[in-house]
Amino acid sequence: MSLSRRGFLKTVVGGSVALGTVSLSKESGASEGELPPDAVGILYDSNLCIGCQSCMVACKRANGMPVEHTGDQKTWDNPLDLSAKTLNIIKMYRDGDKFAFIKRQCMHCLEPACAAACPVTALHKDEKTGIVTYDPSACIGCRYCQVACPYDIPKFDWNSPFPQIHKCQLCIHLLKEGKYAACCHVCPTGASLFGPVKKLREEAQRRLLMKPGEYYEFPVNHIESGKKVVHKAKKYIQHIYGLNEVGGSQCMILAGVEFEKLGLPALRKESYVSDLEGVSMELYKYLVYPVAALGGLVYLVRKRGVHD
Amino acid sequence: MKRVSTNNLFGMCSRRDFLKYCTIMAASMGLPLTAGEKIADALTSPKRPAVIWISGQGCTGCTESLLRTSHPTLATLILDMISLDYNETLNAGAGRQAEEFMERSVEENRGKFVLVIEGAIPTKDGGIYCQIAGKPFVKIVKDLADKAGAIIAIGSCASWGGIPSADPNPTGAKGAPEVLKDKTVVTIPGCPANPYNFLSTVAFYLTYKKLPELDKKGRPKFAYSRLIHENCERRPHFDAGRFAERFGDEGHRKGYCLFKLGCKGPVTYNNCSILQFNDVGTWPVRCGHPCFGCSEDGVGFNIPFFVEANITKSSVITPAATPAGIEYERGGKVSGTAAGLIGAAVGAAIGAGAVSVSKMKSESEDEK
Amino acid sequence: MSEARPLNTRIITFPFVVGVVLVILALIFLIKRFIYGLGPVSGMNDGYPWGLWIAYDVNVGTAFACGGYAMAILIYIFNKGEYTPLLKPAILTSMLGYTLAAVSIFFDIGRYWNMFNIFMPWHMNLHSPMLEVAVCIASYVVVLWIEFSPVLLKNPGVRKLIKSEDIEEKLMKVLFIFVALGMLLPTMHQSSLGTLMILAGYKLSPLYWSKFLPFFFLLCALMLGYAIVIFETSVAGVAFNNTHEFKLLQKLSAVMPWLIGIFILMRFQDINARGALSDIFKGDLPGNMYLLENLLLLIALCILRKKENRANNKKVLIAAMCTLFGAGLYRFDAYITAFNPRNGWHYFPTTPEILITLGVIAVELLGYLYVVKRFPVLVLPKRNN
Repeated sequence: MSLSRRGFLKTVVGGSVALGTVSLSKESGASEGELPPDAVGILYDSNLCIGCQSCMVACKRANGMPVEHTGDQKTWDNPLDLSAKTLNIIKMYRDGDKFAFIKRQCMHCLEPACAAACPVTALHKDEKTGIVTYDPSACIGCRYCQVACPYDIPKFDWNSPFPQIHKCQLCIHLLKEGKYAACCHVCPTGASLFGPVKKLREEAQRRLLMKPGEYYEFPVNHIESGKKVVHKAKKYIQHIYGLNEVGGSQCMILAGVEFEKLGLPALRKESYVSDLEGVSMELYKYLVYPVAALGGLVYLVRKRGVHD
Repeated sequence: MKRVSTNNLFGMCSRRDFLKYCTIMAASMGLPLTAGEKIADALTSPKRPAVIWISGQGCTGCTESLLRTSHPTLATLILDMISLDYNETLNAGAGRQAEEFMERSVEENRGKFVLVIEGAIPTKDGGIYCQIAGKPFVKIVKDLADKAGAIIAIGSCASWGGIPSADPNPTGAKGAPEVLKDKTVVTIPGCPANPYNFLSTVAFYLTYKKLPELDKKGRPKFAYSRLIHENCERRPHFDAGRFAERFGDEGHRKGYCLFKLGCKGPVTYNNCSILQFNDVGTWPVRCGHPCFGCSEDGVGFNIPFFVEANITKSSVITPAATPAGIEYERGGKVSGTAAGLIGAAVGAAIGAGAVSVSKMKSESEDEK
Repeated sequence: MSEARPLNTRIITFPFVVGVVLVILALIFLIKRFIYGLGPVSGMNDGYPWGLWIAYDVNVGTAFACGGYAMAILIYIFNKGEYTPLLKPAILTSMLGYTLAAVSIFFDIGRYWNMFNIFMPWHMNLHSPMLEVAVCIASYVVVLWIEFSPVLLKNPGVRKLIKSEDIEEKLMKVLFIFVALGMLLPTMHQSSLGTLMILAGYKLSPLYWSKFLPFFFLLCALMLGYAIVIFETSVAGVAFNNTHEFKLLQKLSAVMPWLIGIFILMRFQDINARGALSDIFKGDLPGNMYLLENLLLLIALCILRKKENRANNKKVLIAAMCTLFGAGLYRFDAYITAFNPRNGWHYFPTTPEILITLGVIAVELLGYLYVVKRFPVLVLPKRNN
């Protein structure tokens, strides 16, 4: 089947609108996570965590979340995973006699996929503190944020006729009163540590250099509170999870067990939001291309007349 | 202020021991340890404050419970620390003599005496179901409350109605706060009330001339701000899911949690699990019997003993001993009907196409 | 010469009754959805927040409804006026398909009462591909109704209700704008439906995730547009004994091998460039789906490549069906079967969920049947007096 030159040109012209959908070169470089001015976060150290689950109780109380039962016995609040009723959870990893704990809550990414995804800005990264907040009055319940989040954090009210998305908001309502995240407030060992992200990063680096078996001072609750506890350092996996994953996040994790075993996915350095930028943003910037294309199309249709 | 000798105060104990007991009392109220000295001073001041103790629809169990104290003993309390001007059980006199003495004390100590109410207050039919000296108890309470400096309701009956108020409540029994709506009433519920909760409140009042912090029901927060469940010695068994299912079974013998036997600890506010009774550390759960929530309005004498407590408050329900695992399989159950429907729909689409293919002619006829 | 005429045959037929039953079943479960929420009615969960309704009703459904778009491009951009008889039925199918896709969105989103927030400037997130999809689809539905309105206005019943002549006159003056929009808007949102899944990142199998997703989705939309026109014209033609347009289908099918060829090649090369070729033969679900899709599309390609095959109506229809299944499956797989959030999550649609989708499809079919029978849509041979 052969195409004449005329036909070929027509194909190219006709397909220009279609081909223009893809910008084949990544023009806009990924903004490599800049920290907001008052960026706060949580440094969770699995080596210090004793699995007391006080952070779960405190979170439920601070946020007025209901109890979540698993199994027939309705005596405990024992969720299996984050959910519409549980914004923060401690999970346990077992390997024979060895065990380790992991705390899961929103990582408050520097390039949050959920906020980029949300069509109505219901999920929004606060300019000052960098906390990713949720506004139910804007939300349409499309659940695109759930598809986009690399950590599977936003959860949905599947069994409610008036559902919302639920996720940790770093107790931003307490921050306004001069307090800080409830989970860190009650942590007895310093496993959940709150504070400015810059200081948390330095603290995380300090811990990676610790000699296993030696005693060191560890800050508790808030890194600027001055309160310290002495622990024997354990061996750390030499990686700060959350520092570089998908553009970095304000919450970070240290552990003595491989992160994959704790349920934390191995993620690439660039966020997937930066991939979006190259594609859709170049094309729809100020709607220049679409309007130009429309102009061309209107001309064509006018010239050829509308077929009835 | 001239100090009275403290030798043999508190029944054969030295000043050192007396100070020690005052310090313990301060600690149990959550006060700083230095308060112990203040309490000691207050309790040994020569002018003993007047206390009027009236009894209504009660069993006198709360008075009895006070007899089982050792720091201070009841004798020391009423002889050396307070001036108990009226108490129907302990009065030396009786009849008109006792009543007149009470009226005189009330007039002398107007606005300063402590009114202690024991027993419920019947209100039906004008309160005729409990009358003392011809006067309905409800009227006595109201009259005295107007003139009192502080009002303490001791025991569940006086606090919220207790046993007399149990369904069908034929006498209209009510607690003191319900009858004295416009007054601050300290309530010390319990059946009986733990006597040290009462004594600590009185000591606090005498020392600081004000009442300790109270919750919405008038209960002193130092004793009633936590559930029994929160400090129960068998809590680890609850968190780990180890329960006694029947009296005498293996779990019961091993001392497992009594929740399934109807323990109301998770819904009852009191400090029985910490303070215990009789100075030897007895309390129901330790003896193997579930708490029945005697202190709690709506629980005690309302929900049957062996019916499981209905715990719904997230403040009670805490995570189980073992956290969740890292990963679980969930969702994606394939129902036969669903798979069948999909198959049928796809089949129908293919079928429509296949039928059309078979029916159509291969060659197209020319358009005319 | 032939002209567009209503079929004027009986409305209540066996397919019609089956359709009505499906619609009633769907409505019952929809009421349940609005009272109890999405969980009790569907199999969607936190691991798979999008299920059959988004992946099929909206994603595949709008692609199947790209007939009008595909034909408009051929007729107006490439100036192939001879395809005009196929345009009206294609616009009808598009109109029904897109309207019902919008309805599906309405009952799928959890907080439907906030739906108009997507039009509020203070809420709009211009970085979100979802916003683009939502606004574009909403606008395109309106455009389709306007494009189809000249047909609706020709019905005597409608003419009695409103002053059709005035409206028709004004309409014809501005219709060209809407025709132009009808070619721009689908380009935008069909590609954006692909852009949506870029953000799914590592959760999407490497065989499906690509920065070229918008391009692949657009190609699929086009090939599905032509395939659906062929399918619908053939099936309706056989059903209503109206086969004289089949010759046009032969010419139309010539476009498809190009589209299919570019799609298969580019997709393969994209996977190769990312070093994921070995995933194809892994034997897991995404790998097998990739093989199935490509097999179906290759069959269509091989058939339509040859001119003698295109002259055979049966083979053209078979090739169109292979394209519909192959490309439709690709669109569905990119949303569901290739999506794996790990953490032990699984998804399978529930019976109520499927029944609601079948009800939506039934409405489309019922609508199509009713309109072609009472409105001048199909071009029929001139009646002998």
